[in-house]
Amino acid sequence: MLQVDSVRFAYARDAVLDDVSFAVQRGTIVGVLGPNGSGKTTLLRLLAGIITPSSGRVTLDEVAVAAFGRRELARRIAVVPQETYATFDFTVLEIVLMGRYPHLGPFELEGASDLAIARDALAATGTVALADRLFSTLSGGEKQRVVIAAALAQSSDVLLLDEPTASLDVGYQLEIASVLGRLNRDRGTTMVVSSHDLNFAASICKELVLIRRGRVIARGPTADVLTREHVRALYDVDADIAFNARAGHVTVIPVAHAG
Amino acid sequence: MPGDIRGRMTVTLGGFGALLLAVMLVAPLAGTARISLARAFDRSQPFADNVDAQIFFIARLPRVVGAALVGGSLAAAGVVFQALLRNPLAAPETLGVSIGASVGAVLAITLLPDVAIGGISAVPLASFAGSLGALAVVYALATARSRGMSSTVLLLGGVVLTSFLGAMITLIQYLADFSQTFRTVRWLMGSLDVGSYSAIGAALVPLAIAAIGYATLPRALDLLSLGPEAAAARGVDVARAERVALVSASLSTGAAVSLSGPIGFVGIVVPHLVRLIVGAEHRLVLPASALFGAAFLIACDLVARTAFAPLELPVGIVTAMIGGPFFLWLLLRRPR
Repeated sequence: MLQVDSVRFAYARDAVLDDVSFAVQRGTIVGVLGPNGSGKTTLLRLLAGIITPSSGRVTLDEVAVAAFGRRELARRIAVVPQETYATFDFTVLEIVLMGRYPHLGPFELEGASDLAIARDALAATGTVALADRLFSTLSGGEKQRVVIAAALAQSSDVLLLDEPTASLDVGYQLEIASVLGRLNRDRGTTMVVSSHDLNFAASICKELVLIRRGRVIARGPTADVLTREHVRALYDVDADIAFNARAGHVTVIPVAHAG
Repeated sequence: MPGDIRGRMTVTLGGFGALLLAVMLVAPLAGTARISLARAFDRSQPFADNVDAQIFFIARLPRVVGAALVGGSLAAAGVVFQALLRNPLAAPETLGVSIGASVGAVLAITLLPDVAIGGISAVPLASFAGSLGALAVVYALATARSRGMSSTVLLLGGVVLTSFLGAMITLIQYLADFSQTFRTVRWLMGSLDVGSYSAIGAALVPLAIAAIGYATLPRALDLLSLGPEAAAARGVDVARAERVALVSASLSTGAAVSLSGPIGFVGIVVPHLVRLIVGAEHRLVLPASALFGAAFLIACDLVARTAFAPLELPVGIVTAMIGGPFFLWLLLRRPR
């Protein structure tokens, strides 16, 4: 449903992304993997229509993302940024209800159905008990789950998550992974997740796109793409890769720098 | 409770509206001459013979209405600047719009002391023009870079503009003669002695435009306060919302300062006080701040003109006496 065709993007002269192509099928989770500064966030901003490609196309159901109005696009694609900082003391429920913005008219107030959708999103992310807490008082993992709930409340077809675990410790990383995995299983939510964390990506992604210096070096089903050669090419790291029966997915153990 | 937004809006607007109405009726009664509200509204005797009505409607009400407009405008502008800059310590003074208005006024006092246009002194007109000039500079600065408005650029631009224009005011005062300098100093202290309804009428034009802008903003401000990209991803037309916010807040600041001169602390204290009561949502904070800012400044002005009567204090001293300590308490309460 989401399609990236030979996309090139440059903020200034040098291309941040060059000749990037891949497709996202409905109901899948695609991981965009790469080292820091490889262009992952830029790619997600392109998918979200925040920026437009210098050349090439990003399309949603055959229509260029750039052709959608902001409000219309927000009803189709929701974004979970790396970190969310609330300047004012919003409650968790207020933050989640903001997800209903693209569905309401300019002066329309949220009705019972919007509240029901918000409650449902809280339930799906295990944050019902936090509803009346102030967002600013939550832990990093709780905040991230609430922001995911707000994105769910947007009732979009696709969820884009930019490094959802980057600032979280390992406990919260696993917690977010299980929330995302469950959403995909139970609701069939389509997701594109950027990450530099190989194990996090391996645990939830069905397909991977590996990006280094703005170019795709490999893409395909996770088990096929996550190989020793690719990890070396991506991070200059020699790693042991094996199926972990207890985790239920491939795990990567970095062994040494392979410069 | 937080879910029932309709009920909360009714209660909030009703409560703050009733407070403002009460203050507006009571404030004109206080002063050196004692008058009665019942007699002021007594229609059985002609207005020309009704001394209470004359004092109420001619001497005191314009001042109270002026205070309401200035207080409401500054508080609403404070709310919008704080959300726009994602900085809870921003105020109408932050972007230099306020001091731009002061430069205009100081220039008019010094160069055009006796000029009036359409019955309105050149001072408020020049001051409003000054605020628009400052807005134009800030706006050009913020949008010169192609990637949309940067709140950091806006803030820094405002700081630089404020100290630059401050130096210009000092220069004009240094070059002006003694009586003009005295007038500019008094103007810069701020006063709600607006004089007549015509000055208020003139200020209502930009304020009405600002009010229309404000009406479209609350939900966008909620989202903008989480960051421009987060807002865009939720469907906010960020560039448009930021433009409407900047222009509305600047228009209302300019109109307020041209009416009364600069009056500090209202734009920063009132929004925070209101947030403590109603929470963070701008469809509550924005209208409640406008109403409470109006009531707050009327009350401060009441103190200013009665505390040492017949001597009248500049109202800015009273707002600072209340605002300064409150602000410090706020900083201590939430270290950032």
